Parts: sequence; structure tokens; C-alpha cells
Amino acid sequence: MDTIKLTIDNRTVEVPKGTTILKAAAQMGIKIPTLCNFELEGLALKNHPGGCRVCVVEVAGRRNLAPACITECMPDMVVKTNSLRAVNARRTVLELMLSDHPNDCLQCPKSGKCELQALAADMGIRDIPYKGEQSHYPITLSPSIVRDESKCIMCRRCEAVCHEYQTVGAIGAVDRGFPAVVSTAFGEDLIDTNCIFCGQCIAVCPVGALSEVDHTARILRDIANPDVKTCVQVAPAVRVALGEEFGMPAGSIVTGKIAAALKAIGFDYVFDTDWSADLTIMEEGTEFIQRIKAYLAGDKNVKIPLMTSCCPAWVNFYEKFYPELREYPSTAKSPQGMFGATVKSYFAEKIGVARENLVSVSVMPCVAKKYECEREELKVNGNPDVDYSITTRELARLIKICNIDFTTLPEAKFDSPLGESTGAAVIFGVTGGVMEAALRTAVEVLTGKTLPKIDFEEVRGLEGLREATVSVPGVADVKVAVAYGMKNARVIMEQIKAGNCPYHFVEVMACPGGCIDGAGQPYHHGDASIVKARYAAIYKADREMPLRKSHENPEIISIYKEFYGEPCSEKSHHLLHTHYFDKKIKFDIEK
Amino acid sequence: MCGSKVNISEANYLKIKEICASFNNNPGDLINVLHKTQDHFGYLPVEVQKVVAECLGIPATRVYGVVSFYSFFTMKPKGKYAISVCLGTACYVKGGEKILDALKSELKISEGEVTPDGKFSIDVLRCVGACGLAPVMTINGKTYGRLVPEDVKGILAEYAD
Ligand code: SF4
Ligand code: SF4
Ligand code: SF4
Ligand code: FES
Repeated sequence: MDTIKLTIDNRTVEVPKGTTILKAAAQMGIKIPTLCNFELEGLALKNHPGGCRVCVVEVAGRRNLAPACITECMPDMVVKTNSLRAVNARRTVLELMLSDHPNDCLQCPKSGKCELQALAADMGIRDIPYKGEQSHYPITLSPSIVRDESKCIMCRRCEAVCHEYQTVGAIGAVDRGFPAVVSTAFGEDLIDTNCIFCGQCIAVCPVGALSEVDHTARILRDIANPDVKTCVQVAPAVRVALGEEFGMPAGSIVTGKIAAALKAIGFDYVFDTDWSADLTIMEEGTEFIQRIKAYLAGDKNVKIPLMTSCCPAWVNFYEKFYPELREYPSTAKSPQGMFGATVKSYFAEKIGVARENLVSVSVMPCVAKKYECEREELKVNGNPDVDYSITTRELARLIKICNIDFTTLPEAKFDSPLGESTGAAVIFGVTGGVMEAALRTAVEVLTGKTLPKIDFEEVRGLEGLREATVSVPGVADVKVAVAYGMKNARVIMEQIKAGNCPYHFVEVMACPGGCIDGAGQPYHHGDASIVKARYAAIYKADREMPLRKSHENPEIISIYKEFYGEPCSEKSHHLLHTHYFDKKIKFDIEK
Repeated sequence: MCGSKVNISEANYLKIKEICASFNNNPGDLINVLHKTQDHFGYLPVEVQKVVAECLGIPATRVYGVVSFYSFFTMKPKGKYAISVCLGTACYVKGGEKILDALKSELKISEGEVTPDGKFSIDVLRCVGACGLAPVMTINGKTYGRLVPEDVKGILAEYAD
């Protein structure tokens, strides 16, 4: 590889050709501040517009300061990142930005996590010399996302994610000059656009312009209400990320502490979404077995590939962009949905509480799940199966509000009968995990033999679109694909449309690397090593489970015996499966 | 439980499709498509922009982003007689704003608006390149120069039909 030698802050460094000054400096331990620049390396998220000029440095022989994030290193370049001129220019850029930014850090949902706030603190800003008009926009709500455009600094990270990574394009830069802002087309509400509520725009927004709808106060009210019982479920990816909010290293597995914290907060029943992830595998795996058998027997009407349906942002995507293909995804509800339906039927009956008096809450790495809770088809007489969903970040706030010292908290267990789970369930939290969990069960059922090796390494990894062939002796070579990000999902949808999709089974997730980097997780600020640590932790949690196949979960076996009968039985169809709608924007053409 | 609906007449829908097709539905020609569409409709209302987005296969935010960025695109209809008042430097210095005020009080609308009968609309322009005649206004392209506020009433009377 061609390399280049240059000098940065009086030290020489050698980097591959094409390296930016920003990356070369980082390699030397020099941290040049950035705002618009963003990259989650190896996970397909990036934004390099070179627009904000917070990263300017002085390059000898050049008249203008150079933005380090988009300026490539040249041989023998001499760069100063901390010259008086560079520091002053950076300060001016920041001061101008702050002069048109609301000063309400104390009440801001990103306070303590905001990159602008951190930068102002690092630069020692004590006064903003520029006074002028400030932009004011109303705060707008949606089921998942709160937008406060007055705080937008026009870094356009969200736009890059929404347009390029998700290929949705619900938000983008509008207007110009002073009133310029990132917004929806025509200022419409997000719910009326093609937004799929993945929330990745929140995950990358450096400031408080985008944040999740907060339900923490509602939880405290419900717990204090003597007339209702409260129950909670916790998604797989939460247990490998929540610790970060309390200063623990990324990848800490805090399952037992979460169960203990939820009990300390005062929930009456503390259950596990991992339990219903195992249930999902039973239903979706059975659906796959039925479809592939029919397909191999020559049935031309059966829809192959079967696609997973546990990511609600992905569900929104195919309802809005490919409604004509909505029979391909499994009819199985998401694990959150299956849990909700079971808790408000089977469990409510068991404890003798009317479903209206049982508040069911979920803790998710996700903001799309908030939208899912509001779906009419997931309610019974207007009463939702899951009343509302909170994110990992909201749970952290709740723990702090309740004076719980999370790091020293002794571990506890989830309650029975919806608390037991297997390794197959915990891997739902990563890209490829649902596929692997389904294969662990489906292959054993199809062959009638115990798998010699249950690690399907071929479907693991962090590339955005992967494929593998899994041989099922005596049945077929099953071709599978795993995708995350709607850009990749689109590739497969287009193949199906063109009639040349080679796969039998496809897993799709909206977030980079799967739910471990869901939009409700602690902010990573572009540090991919955090996401990778969560990824490793999920597989570690899987290895440490005594049971690692969903069909071996004793609480799953017993709920079928006691309540559901068989997977894909009439009762489970009624409670555990759903249907999808055509939500494409329609043109009503008047003759 | 279905997605949002966009109401539009068939004739308008087909016209937009035709304009987009004349540019091979190429998203790179968005600005040209919008120019032609605005020439036809006089302005670019929301429904029209949504059909353009659909035809070019791009998100509506892209279309709206361009329309809201360039001042020569407008989302408001123009009157039968579209009045443009120049507020470029020369016109501004020579009292362009007083001409604008006279028009506004005479027609009882603000800039960017149309009179209720659809007859007049007022817009503000940067510079029309007739600085020698400042202050200047145009009505459907016809230039009126060296104006004083008292001229306004008489000029509007020319368009009494
Ligand atoms: S939630 Fe997802 S689809 Fe919606 S605006 Fe944000 S990035 Fe785009
Ligand atoms: S909303 Fe946030 S991410 Fe999007 S442009 Fe504004 S500041 Fe950047
Ligand atoms: S990938 Fe996971 S966290 Fe992201 S939207 Fe889908 S379900 Fe939610
Ligand atoms: S971070 Fe380099 S220009 Fe914004």
C-alpha cells in the first residue's frame, strides 16, 4: 500500500494514501473536534459533508484553513491543529452556532450526551459575543420521535442516515440561509411521511434536535396506582448495553442487575422478552418449515423466501414501500408483540386480573417498538397488548430517578412463567441472530436429528448483506440471506419483484448490526468499538446459557401444553400472528 | 390503516407525468422538471411536488428541499396579473419599499399573497437588471420604472378588466 509521511503538531506520521488529516491525527492521539463528520466504521453509517468547519486546521503553505475531516494527507504536509489561528477559527464557528441555539441545556433530552454541549465545555466557551435573532420552530411529536428543530445545527447526519442507509428520505434540508433546517417535506408530521420510525436519525443526531418520546413519568404513575398491576419485559440487546449508562465497559452483560433494578423500581412482574423470542422461533420456525416443505413439493403459490418480521421498522418499510410483497414476511408478531398478547390473555387470566388493569410495559433497544405498541391490530377493544415501550436510555433514567445504585446492585432472576429463555433468544439482539436461532430449531425438526454443532457461524458477521447455504441433510440446501439497513433489504425486495431471488429464508433488521445498535441504546457517538463489544457480548451470553435451542425451553414447552396447543395452532394464529397493510402513499386521481 | 392520500386531478397528474417523462424521469433533471412544471401551473403546490417525486423516484424531501431553497420556485399561486416589486440595492435606495407599501395598501394583501378575486399577486424580487429605471416593478413581465407611490393607483387601473 502507498503510504504518505507528514507532520502534524510537530510530530511525523506515516499513513496510507487517501487518509484524512482527521484520521491521521486520531492515530497519533490528537483528537480534532468534529460535528458534522460522522462514521460508524464497518457498520455502513457515515456522513462527510465537510460543512460545519469545527475541525479546521492550519496547513503550511495554504492560505485557507482546511477542514480536517475531508482533507486528505499529502506528502510532506505540515499541519497544525492547535495553532492560534486554528483554535480561534474553531471557536468562532462554535460561537456562531451557539448564537442561534437555544440555551436550555438543563432541560434538554440530550443533556450530558450532547456533542455540542461537550464541545462548548471543551473549548471553554463562557460567553457568546454574537447576539442575534434565533430560529424558533415548534416541537413536533410522533409515536416514537420528538423533533425540536430549533436545536438543529444542520450537520445533516440524520439526513445521510435516512436517505442513504435507510433509503427512506423522510427528512432533509429545507429552506436556505438563516431559516434553513432539517425537516420533513412541506413540514408534514413524521407519521404522514414515509418514515419507518427506525430512529437512527436520533442515534446520530449530535444535539437535542431529535430524541425519543419519553414514558418514564408514565411508568412511575402506573407503578404508584393501586388499581393496576404492572408487568415488564426486557429485550435481548438491552442487557449488553445498559451498563454503559452507569460507566461500565461496553459489552458488560447486566441481565441479573436489570431484573433486580426492575423489581426495585416496583414492577409487580418482571419478565423477559427472551422468553417470547423463543416463542417467536417456535412460530416462525414452524411457518418456515411449512412453507419450505410446500415449496419443495412444487407448490407454486407458496411465498419463498420467508422473511423475518420481528423488526417493526422493517415492517413499516415493507408496508410503505413494498406493500405488494407483504405476503413474504412471516405473519409471526415480534417478540414484543407475542409477549404482550400472552401476558394480556394467558397471564392476566392466570392471576385473575382484567387486561385493562394489567399495564404491560417493554424495555427495548428500539424506538420503532413505541410505534408498534400503537398499532390498532395489536389491541383488543382498544386496549394495547403492550401499553407502551421505553428505551434502554429511558430505563437508565428511571433507575437513576429511583435512587438505585446499579453497579453494586445484587443480581436477581426474572419471574416465572414468562422469564426462562435460551441462548437462541439472546442472539435476537444481533444481525443474523434470528436466522441462527430459527435454524437451530428448524434444522432439528426437519431432519429429526440433534444438531452436531449449533453455532451457525456462516450467518454471523457485521457486513450489511450476507448470504450462506445451510445444508439440511435429506431435505435441501437452504439458501439464506441476512440484511441490515433498508438499503440492503431493498436489494432483496427488488430481487423478489424481478423473480430472481435465490433465497429461501431472509432476515432483515433496520439498525446497524441489528438491535445492539438500536436507536434506543446508549449513544455511541460514532465509536464502532462500542457496537462491536455489544456484539461479542451477545454471543458470550448465548454460550453461557445452559439451553441454547428455543424448542428446549421448558417454559415454552409448558405454555404450548397448557395454552397454545401446537405452534401455528388456531389459538396461536389468533394471538401470536398478525397481518400487514398497504401503506404506500396513494394518488387519488379525480377524473 | 392505509397510508396518506394525495388528491390531484387526472389532467394535472398526466401533465406532470409527461413533463417528467420528457426528461426521462431522470432525478438529475429535478430543477429543469420543476421549472417546466412551474411554467405550466404557475406555482408548485404540495400535490404537484409529490407527483414529481413519485415520477422521478426520489423522496418528497428532495423535491421540497429544492423548491424551498431557490427563490424562483413558489408554492403559492400567482394572480392573473403577477406584480413583482424590485428590492435590489438600487431600487431599495430609491424607495422601492414605498412602492411595495403602496401596492399592499391598495390591494390589501402582503407580498407572496393573491387578492381574493385571484386578480393580483405581489412578489418581491432581488434585482431585475433595470437599475437605471429604479425603483422598478413589473406586471406580467411589463416594466414600470422611476415610480413614485402615487403612480400605483393609476397603473393598477390599467388592469381593471
Ligand atoms: S426514524 Fe428512520 S426513517 Fe424516520 S426520519 Fe429517522 S432515520 Fe428516517
Ligand atoms: S436534526 Fe440533528 S442530526 Fe439532523 S441535521 Fe439537525 S442537528 Fe444534525
Ligand atoms: S433492528 Fe432492532 S432496534 Fe432497530 S428498529 Fe429493528 S427491532 Fe428496533
Ligand atoms: S466535522 Fe469537519 S467540517 Fe464538520
